[in-house]
Amino acid sequence: MSEARTASVREVVIIGSGPAGLTAAIYAARANLAPLVIEGHPSSTSDQPGGQLMLTSDIENFPGFIEGLAGPELMGNMRSQAARFGAEFLTTKAERVDFSAQPFRIWAPDPSTGAEVEHSARSVIVSTGARSLMLGLPAEERLLSKGVSTCATCDGFFFRGQEIAVIGGGDSALEEAMFLTKFGETVTVVHRRKELRASKIMQDRAFKNPKIKFVWDSVVTDIAGTSKVEGIHLRNTATGEDSYLPVGGVFVAIGHVPNTNVFNGTLDMDDAGYLVTAAGSTATNVPGVFACGDVQDHTYRQAITAAGTGCMAAIDVERWLEAAGHDS
Amino acid sequence: MLHPPEVGTDPGPPRRKAITVTQLELTLTDQTFDEEIQAATEPVLVDFWAEWCGPCKMVAPILDEIAAEQQGKLRVGKINIDENLELARRFEVMSIPTMILFKDGEPQMRIVGAKGKGQLLQELNAYL
Repeated sequence: MSEARTASVREVVIIGSGPAGLTAAIYAARANLAPLVIEGHPSSTSDQPGGQLMLTSDIENFPGFIEGLAGPELMGNMRSQAARFGAEFLTTKAERVDFSAQPFRIWAPDPSTGAEVEHSARSVIVSTGARSLMLGLPAEERLLSKGVSTCATCDGFFFRGQEIAVIGGGDSALEEAMFLTKFGETVTVVHRRKELRASKIMQDRAFKNPKIKFVWDSVVTDIAGTSKVEGIHLRNTATGEDSYLPVGGVFVAIGHVPNTNVFNGTLDMDDAGYLVTAAGSTATNVPGVFACGDVQDHTYRQAITAAGTGCMAAIDVERWLEAAGHDS
Repeated sequence: MLHPPEVGTDPGPPRRKAITVTQLELTLTDQTFDEEIQAATEPVLVDFWAEWCGPCKMVAPILDEIAAEQQGKLRVGKINIDENLELARRFEVMSIPTMILFKDGEPQMRIVGAKGKGQLLQELNAYL
């Protein structure tokens, strides 16, 4: 397949379209920078257009929505808002970048034909977010979508009246567990420690919910079942004791890994692969490349903090372009 | 709502009106499924979806486009699993979106999870 090239050099290309990328797009579009958003490739694993919130049923803590709203609704609104000011979207995933010289270049397959297309820009905002970590068991891959899931809102429905396990101890794990009580007979939260990482309000709600049980100090050693999940094998890390929990569904919520593979060797990262930005700014080690949202944040990881850093990135880009324009 | 016409390198032809697509797509139910799938002269890609599923909303406009472009070669069928749980059970759907391709009334292959247009077409091509 021959390689196509976009005609003009963009002022800014935004890679990723969660709350960080779309907020950056709103600000950049309003600043007349005509941003192109390479929004991601449709998938069901949280590395997709709209980001992780596409897999979230209820968002209760995004300011301005008194009764809360569904994740896809919030992301659809943000996208339409950015489009209203002239942001353009490409439903594809950036697969290669070259930030070694101006203009920066980004390659992504054409959404329909799959042929690689080159895009060039004077500045780039990276907002590729993070995706769910999996347990890494061979059985997990075999049974994915056959009882193993990372998306309670997508798959919870199919486990009506069954026993369900949620693996993890953070806010996402408890959110999933709470949501799953609508369907499951009981929901067992399996956590490798004795204490949850989740926020106080989530813990209180989970402890009060009669359908939620907890198994502490335990890790999943195997998932039983050939064509569908039948149960999970557990090991208590404190006592070394093995046990078996019969369940029809296993929801994995053990944390996240940043989507930064494409920037290996180009952008500075910490040990966990998160992009490093200058303190009080969204600047990466490459002048003209900025990062916002979960891809550079393993501390807060909220829709609102992602949106906040997205706004910062757009303002940083605007100032950088202005300064760079004066230099040349 | 989530996917207005794509713009960028090549705006392409304007998107067809939704009304055309609705006529192209088969709405299948627990009651009508067997009759409709047996009667179909082209292969039918059946999409199991629900209103509350984010990834289903991502894949829906892509299936609309495929239905319009592959007219005569492929039909797209929709099954709302909230209203047709029997079919979801019968085909052991445990994650949505799930798309099953039926040819001569028999399931040929299944695609689980939202995928891009290029990827869907690639997987479908062998059967068209």
